[in-house]
Order: sequence, then C-alpha cells, then structure tokens
Amino acid sequence: MKLITGIFQSTLGRKYIMAVSGAALVFFVVGHLMGNLQIFLGREVINAYGEFLHSVPELLWGARIGLLAMVGLHIWSAVSLSNDNKAARPIAYENWNPTAASYASRTMLMSGLIIATFIIYHLLHYTLQVPGINFTGQDFGTFEELRAGHDPRHDVYRMMVVGFSQPLVALFYICAIGLLCLHLSHGVSAAFQSLGLKSKTWAPILDKGAKVFAIVVFVGYASIPTAVLLGLGKEVMK
Amino acid sequence: MANKLNLTLKVWRQDNAADGGRFETYPARGIDEDMSFLEMLDVVNEELIEDGKEPIAFDSDCREGICGTCSLVINGIPHGGRKGTTACQLHMRNFKDGQTISIEPWRARAFPVIRDLIVDRSAFDRIIQVGGFVSVRTGGTPDANSMPISKEVSDKAMDAAQCIGCGACVAACKNGSAMLFVAAKVSHLNLLPQGKPEKTRRAERMVWKMDEEGFGGCSVTGSCEAVCPKEISLDFIAKLNRDFALSVFK
Repeated sequence: MKLITGIFQSTLGRKYIMAVSGAALVFFVVGHLMGNLQIFLGREVINAYGEFLHSVPELLWGARIGLLAMVGLHIWSAVSLSNDNKAARPIAYENWNPTAASYASRTMLMSGLIIATFIIYHLLHYTLQVPGINFTGQDFGTFEELRAGHDPRHDVYRMMVVGFSQPLVALFYICAIGLLCLHLSHGVSAAFQSLGLKSKTWAPILDKGAKVFAIVVFVGYASIPTAVLLGLGKEVMK
Repeated sequence: MANKLNLTLKVWRQDNAADGGRFETYPARGIDEDMSFLEMLDVVNEELIEDGKEPIAFDSDCREGICGTCSLVINGIPHGGRKGTTACQLHMRNFKDGQTISIEPWRARAFPVIRDLIVDRSAFDRIIQVGGFVSVRTGGTPDANSMPISKEVSDKAMDAAQCIGCGACVAACKNGSAMLFVAAKVSHLNLLPQGKPEKTRRAERMVWKMDEEGFGGCSVTGSCEAVCPKEISLDFIAKLNRDFALSVFK
C-alpha cells in the first residue's frame, strides 16, 4: 500500500513514473531511429526489417501495448503534476525573471502535448495507413514489393518515400522532431535527477550529454524526410 | 563620497490576507549606493511616515544574511539575483540611477501574504516538525574524533545545513516547489551518524508534509539553486529522491 501511494500520489513518486516511462520512450526513440535509418541502406533492407518486425505478432503487440502504457503513464504523471504545480502558485508574479531555467525546462508540458498530437497523426499516417490523411492520394496499405520466388511483402520503402514527398507532411514531421529534440534536451538529464542518479560530478556531463543526444536524434530523424525531398527513392514514385 | 541614486519603486501593497492587493509606485530619492536594499526601504518608509502614509511592511531580522527572514522578489528574482546574497546584503550599488525596481512578496499557495511584502512561512516550520530533528538524546558536544566522520561527509552535511529557510527556492520555482529546502533539511541530518537511523522515515514524512502543505513538484529547472543565498546544490534534491525511494520500497 505504501508502495502504491508513495509512487502514485507523492510528487516525488510521480516524478519517478515520469522518469522511468520517459526512459522507456527514449529507448524506443533510439530503436525506431535505428530502424528508420535503414532506408539509406536501400529498399531490400528496410522492407526486410519491416517484415521482421511483423513476423511475430505476439511480440509486436506486446511491444505496442507496453509502449502505449508508457505513453499513458508519462502523460498522466505530467498532467497530474502540472495541475498540482499550477495550484501551488495561484497568483503569478507581475515581473518575472525565470532565473537559470532553460526554455526547454519551462515548456515541457506544451512540447510534450504537441509531440503527443504528432504521434497520433504519425500512427494514423504510417501504422494504420489511413489514406485520407497522407495528402498524396495514394493508399499505403496497397504498397507491395513483388519478389520472384517469395510472397509479396509490404513496401515500407515506397511508403516512406511517397509519404515524405508531400512537403507539408515532411515539414510537420521535422517540426515535431524539433520539439522532441527540445523536450529531450531537458528531459533526459532531468530523469537522472528525478531518480536520484545525478550528482555534481555527473551533472555537466549529463546536461551536455542530453543536449548532444537530442541533436543527434533530431539530425537522425530529420535526415529521412530531407533526403526524400532532395530526391531519395525517386524511382519508386509513380 | 558615495554616489546618490534616484530610483522608482513599484511595490506590492496589500492590507491583509483577504485584501486583493495592488502595486503602488514610490520615488526613492537620494539613496546612498552603500546602503543595503532594506536600508533603502527604511529611508522610503521614513518619508512615507512623514507624509502620514502607511509604511511598506517587509520582513527583516539579522540583516547580515544568516537568519533567512528577508523575503523580497526584486525585479522578478528572489533576493535580487546577486549570487549567494540575501536581500539584506544586497547593496544599492548594484542598481543604476533612474532605475525602476519592482518589489513583490514570495508567491506560493503555501506562503500566503500577511501584509504587503510579508508572507507566512510557517509551512516550513510544520515540515521541520515532522522530521527535521534527531529523536534520541545525543548528549552534549562529543569529544573530538570520538565519532569518526569523513571530511567529505561532514563537508556535505555542512553544505546542506547552510540552508537558512528563507524560502527563496519556493519563490523562484515556477512550480512553487519546496524541494530544495526539504532536500537540504533532510540531507543535513541523513548524512550524519546521529541522523542515519531515521533516514528513510525522515525523508518519507517530510516529503508527504511538503506535498500536503501545497508546494508543487520539482521540474529540475535549477531556478532554486540559482537564487539560493546559501548556494545549496541540486545534488541534495537527487539525494532526497534516493532517500524517499528507499522509504517507499522499504
């Protein structure tokens, strides 16, 4: 009982939840990036990777449900803490100087909520492949790679190329990744602090490391729509 | 001969806890730059009294930076933004002639305004009452080295014990969080042998009391550490996070 109330009700406990769920999501962000970057290795490689991910539905759905639970816990703890935090300062300062607090640290809820909106769009776009929202007039669900001697498989490569060839969609994607970068630049090192794993010795390394990590994530993800807009995969466009 | 400053003060005035409050503007003329911020307010108050007006109510006691009583948000920063300095030790030479200075009380639900710039900080006392002590009698001053404590540990405990409980951390935090105060108070006892036996219970009780008093949570923005007149480190918040986790899983 003490465990449940301590973790789910106290401010510190809810920060543990936020940090642990955030860490899980950071692992996903890295894994997803590794997967996506295989687009640069060619159609064969990334389509095989897509086929591999879908090969064991139990594992795939286990991962998906786990991720959804992490997203749920992350958002719940953020909203619940944010409500408490706002209530703790009912009267705002007239003249306010946010001393030492970075822009990222002051806008975590907003950047997080916009990223959540993007994730919903992103899932509809590439996971559920709802044709109406990709603004290309094509149905990604019908994209198949035909191979001699094998069953046809889903053409992930073509889906990514066609999807990002729509400039507004690519721009929205890059903006959302930019916000994710901002969110991570604070969140990654703050998670260590919330879990009590930060110290004066490690603080500069963690703070700088979080920023470098965030930039690497941004460059990695943004490189894909940018490459498509610059002509990657033109051969599969019809 | 020290330079004289002419300033404009924009001060929060509030008759009592129920009053809505408002800003009022006062001139501060011929202020000696070697005065402290509170001495400047004393001068302004003298003039207000001579004009038959109510003087500005503000808290102060030792005026040498060790009691933690002064509590002014000066130009949007608790204690005025000079590193490791309380408002009473902030000298007017840090301001420019002709400058407008805004002065507000600490703003937090847990620190209700009593009058003008004075807030009720008894929430801090109630947090101390649930765990900021050692329960057993530890006797008088022990003989030197009878209880070996390494220099690193004693330095760290002393750093935490520097907290004067002024509440600037709460005032600066965008969440009105008291984490730095609680972390300092928990750590300075938890680090030492006399405080160790009650380590997890202390963290648990003081954290719950902090939440109950209506302080917000920590967002790791670092504002508290930046304004703390005793430069208490965020390290202690990490330690509090560890100690509270131990209490939860115990």
